[in-house]
Amino acid sequence: MPDITLVEAVNLALARAMAEDDRVIVFGEDVAVDGGVFRATDGLLARFGPDRVLDTPLSEGLFAGLAVGVAAQGFRPVAEFQFMGFMLPALDQVMNHAGRLRNRTRGRLTCPLVLRAPYGGGIHAPEHHSESFESLFAHVPGIRVVVPSSPARAYGLLLSAIRDPDPVVFLEPKRLYRARRQEVPDDGAGAPLDRCFVLRPGTDLTLVTWGAMVAETLDAAQALDREGVAAEVIDVATLKPLDTDTILASVAKTGRCVIVHEAALTAGFGAEVAARLADDGLFDLRAPVRRVAGWDTVMPYPRQERRYMPGTDRILAAARGLMEYA
Amino acid sequence: MTDRVADFHVDFTRFLAPDGTAVAPLPGFFDDPTLRRLYGHMVLARAFDTKAIALQRTGRLGTYAPSLGQEAVAVAVGAAMVDTDVLVPSFREHGAQLVRGVTLQELFLFWAGDERGNDFAGPRQDFPVCIPVGSHAPHAAGVALAFKLRREARAAVCVFGDGATSKGDVYEAMNLAGAWTLPLVFVVANNQWAISVRRAHQTAARTLAQKAVAAGFAGEQVDGNDVVALCHALRQALDRARAGGGPHLIEALTYRLGDHTTADDASRYRDDEEVGRHWKEDPIARLRAHLTARGAWTRDDEEALLTDCAARVEAAARDAQALAPEPAAALFDHLYATLPPALAGQRAALVQAEADHA
Repeated sequence: MPDITLVEAVNLALARAMAEDDRVIVFGEDVAVDGGVFRATDGLLARFGPDRVLDTPLSEGLFAGLAVGVAAQGFRPVAEFQFMGFMLPALDQVMNHAGRLRNRTRGRLTCPLVLRAPYGGGIHAPEHHSESFESLFAHVPGIRVVVPSSPARAYGLLLSAIRDPDPVVFLEPKRLYRARRQEVPDDGAGAPLDRCFVLRPGTDLTLVTWGAMVAETLDAAQALDREGVAAEVIDVATLKPLDTDTILASVAKTGRCVIVHEAALTAGFGAEVAARLADDGLFDLRAPVRRVAGWDTVMPYPRQERRYMPGTDRILAAARGLMEYA
Repeated sequence: MTDRVADFHVDFTRFLAPDGTAVAPLPGFFDDPTLRRLYGHMVLARAFDTKAIALQRTGRLGTYAPSLGQEAVAVAVGAAMVDTDVLVPSFREHGAQLVRGVTLQELFLFWAGDERGNDFAGPRQDFPVCIPVGSHAPHAAGVALAFKLRREARAAVCVFGDGATSKGDVYEAMNLAGAWTLPLVFVVANNQWAISVRRAHQTAARTLAQKAVAAGFAGEQVDGNDVVALCHALRQALDRARAGGGPHLIEALTYRLGDHTTADDASRYRDDEEVGRHWKEDPIARLRAHLTARGAWTRDDEEALLTDCAARVEAAARDAQALAPEPAAALFDHLYATLPPALAGQRAALVQAEADHA
């Protein structure tokens, strides 16, 4: 079995989901004939036909609402947004409708949809193509926000997201789309939603992160290891609902926590993790909780994006600072 | 050299003049029983309206959006649809909901602020009221897409007001419906006012019906206070849509005789003279005059109907108010198919707080 990239794993999961359930349909801009701007839907039109893979007119708010309507009729739509920066018109549909439909009809109408979008910087893309707005979606009741960090995780989490009976915003770290390959058996096994994954065990320090920043965070953990610091790395994977237990259990062991995300610091999702630690982990902490995040600036154009995105150096500096607390 | 590459027209249809006189022979299916039934639905819709406003004024109902003067639009929508069609309404269509089998009690529950009012026992696939203006139009497109993909002879009906035609959502849904030949009928209940902004200030377009032309399908104007013309146009559009003929738009020219909602005071932006003029177009008086002239309606019929509607509305209002609120845990119990463990603590805290308070 050849190793595949993250974007190929997304494609594999879509094909698997469509083969096993004919209620699954895929639509968005350029997803059919063109196979998607990142080729995530490549080959699906040929295999499943024009009734199940549809190019929509260019209107993100429209096809988010289209997904709500067709999902309420029992389909399992998976809508692709080309870039997260173009997803904001869909926020109205997610917040006012997708997240509420089951609740406001007391379960009569439901919304089993998946909205997929590549997010984050690092690929030298034009303005509006590098945003990380995950905390906007994590604030919305009634939905799930899922962020894979590897090809295997993308395959398993996307399958589970499509099979889930409720709306899921599925954010794909496009910087990792083709960054590395991994063996991903096409066995149809979903990865569990609503829980964090411990990627690396450690006893001295907990590094909490998700999506694209998992790579830099694992690099930092390796560097710390060489310095004699055993860092535990947690991949949050499902931001909402947040599996606080896994994070608290880790911090109970390590007493130190650094939260790493690419999105801007203020009201970023790291603030929620830090607040949970303040609520229920305060007496386990031996040091302040630190957040390593994007600056509270506009996402810069590509020439400056490396200065915006947290790198291993900033994670290491924060971790070393915490190790000075006995 | 210049060639004309596109041309279009917009028709206006009416069968009943404001005084109830037929200005054209009515289509065959409008026999006396049908007309009496439509009249009964409109009177019931108005009786609900009256009661809802009274309940709101005495603090027993939340903010309410009356449909006074627009009953013909909603009732025609409900009457022209068949059970297997799906209604995707805005918030002034309780007349359509009633005809489709939503109960008076469910309507009172909804407007009193209880989600159970949206759990219709009747039309299980109909959407509930949509409050963010125009944002339901893409849902109707999604419902219609489902019908098309399953090759079902069904249609969706999306109703919104004149104000909603200024929203991108509405145009985007129309554009898609045209491009994909979806079985979807759009109904603009043009009541001339988007809260305080009059129709002429909303758009420079001569008609709202012509907005369909840009989306590649036909739009027409219908007298929105003539339930016969509305039913006729809707039936034709729905038959065509179910047969694969694609979308259609009906601009129903009507008038909002009441306030936008019970939180609005329409006297701030329009004068009594204008409203008084439009009372002469009242859809209920119009059909009553027509029925009376046909010899199909008597004073006794009217009294019996009013008594019956009032009794049904009173009973439903009483039943809705007698229903105990859901338990506190209901806040959480319909949020997801299965409550995620991460929310169990919040649910328990709410239930506990409620128990402590009791």
